Amino acid sequence: MSVLVLVEHSQGVFKKKSLEAVQYAAHVAKELGTSVTAVAVGNVDNAAMQGLGAYGANKVLHTTESRLENFNSRAYTKVMLAAAQKESAKVIVGLHDTVGKAVSPRLAARLKAGMVAGAVGYPDLSKGFVVKKNVFSGKAFAFVNVTSDVKVITLMPNTFQVVKGEGSATVENLDIAFDDKDFSIQVKEVSKASGSVPLSEAELVVSGGRGLKGPENWHVLEGLAKELGAALACSRPVADSHWRPHHEHVGQTGGTIRPNLYIAVGISGAIQHLAGVNGSKTIVVINKDAEAPFFSAANYGVLGDALEVIPKLTEAVKRFKANH
Amino acid sequence: MKILVCICPVPDTTTKVAFSDNNTHFNTQGVTFIINPYDEWYSLVRALELKEAGVATAVHLVTVGKADAEPVIRKALALGGDEAIRIDTDSNDTYAVAAQIAEYAKTDGYDLVLCGKESIDYNNGTVGAMVAELLDMNYLGFAAKIDIAGGTATVTREIEGGEETDACSLPLVISCQKGVAEARIPNMRGIMAARTKPLKVVAPAAVDTVSTIVGYELPPAKTGVKMISADNMDELVNLLHTEAKVI
Repeated sequence: MSVLVLVEHSQGVFKKKSLEAVQYAAHVAKELGTSVTAVAVGNVDNAAMQGLGAYGANKVLHTTESRLENFNSRAYTKVMLAAAQKESAKVIVGLHDTVGKAVSPRLAARLKAGMVAGAVGYPDLSKGFVVKKNVFSGKAFAFVNVTSDVKVITLMPNTFQVVKGEGSATVENLDIAFDDKDFSIQVKEVSKASGSVPLSEAELVVSGGRGLKGPENWHVLEGLAKELGAALACSRPVADSHWRPHHEHVGQTGGTIRPNLYIAVGISGAIQHLAGVNGSKTIVVINKDAEAPFFSAANYGVLGDALEVIPKLTEAVKRFKANH
Repeated sequence: MKILVCICPVPDTTTKVAFSDNNTHFNTQGVTFIINPYDEWYSLVRALELKEAGVATAVHLVTVGKADAEPVIRKALALGGDEAIRIDTDSNDTYAVAAQIAEYAKTDGYDLVLCGKESIDYNNGTVGAMVAELLDMNYLGFAAKIDIAGGTATVTREIEGGEETDACSLPLVISCQKGVAEARIPNMRGIMAARTKPLKVVAPAAVDTVSTIVGYELPPAKTGVKMISADNMDELVNLLHTEAKVI
């Protein structure tokens, strides 16, 4: 018996959200009185894998196969199935991201396992196996009781603080016999944004709405984001008007995010927008309309024109950084 | 080429979410149900475009739900599609929903299954990948662009930290998001035609339910906003550091 967790890395460095998933798995394993096995795919060195022990992994199963370099849900599912079988996994943890949302459901379907997608809490074993998750795009939470023998969970990134502890994991090879069918998707082109923090993983987010008046004013927001080390987001009207790319759109029909800090500039705060961002730990709203509904969902509010307030805030952040 | 489009009825995006029976049921009183936007704006419209372009020969719509799901599926038929299938069962268990769709799809040989990247009510985003596994098909999630020619789909989609363009031969399951197509508004002709289009009700397959929702909770209300003068941004930064502890 064990708790299995799929870990993701970027050029050999495990992602923070994967460390969070390992830590989550360790918590579940402790409750169940069992151990944690992480599954790592691709080019990553032994020291990095052993290092997962500091977050609670006892063992790491490592599989190398050059064709796994580009993520593909069918092949990854095969890896996870082999690992689940080898470790008699009872709980399988992944992330609620583009990888986890493709592998975990396949795995659940194959194992006929109940699944909690987008968990924001640890399983409550006193009532069965009850896990809290986001529903209605952040407008509410549901408690899902998983009744199958094997349970599959995808964890919402940035739900728990990652704390590094002690320990080292053992590393074992996981050999898998792949078929050509597992790699029948042909990758034509990959473009990855370099340098910037992906929105879904960002701890700090600066977001703009129609109050910025036009795409030509975005450099003001970019200046603040750069100073803070924050990712950029936008409201739906902004994405629909092609002021900003669609992937920056957060809200009920865009991305759902839960950063530590969300600064909303010139966004009125329609219920659909709030749905995507109200998991944020702290919300700052900057708007010139005192009646903007967003103020009642905010922790801090600034009444004023976006284009006048933002440069002042950017300067204040600069001064803060100089003193800290 | 036959396309199956998965349609999920969801509460309108402006719905104020409330629960009944000691927070164990979603209160549907006064709630308007719509087609899940990802299913409607992107997967259904793209399927219709593929048919109009002569690439697809048939577009079928499938939903899992009781009779109260029918107005929503008629709305979908008003946009287009040749026929609709309602699998007559109610479930919030994502595995059970996927298994019902997969069982039905097996009976009618589809080349392409399209669904939205997630439903805006339960936000699971799991049905597409589960259907792919149950049908032993490839799955491309989070598509922003879909082209099909000569039995091969070319799909541009979101991946971790970027975008990827893939080619994959059919059959295939794709989940769709923004970019795949532009929203359409049904016209009067479509609405009239939808009334007479076939809406098949099929009995559910014997499928196990492996999870149930046992309760709901609303997020804690914010305790009140602290207003800060636009001329005192140093105070805001200071509060974010000392009080909120986020920078």
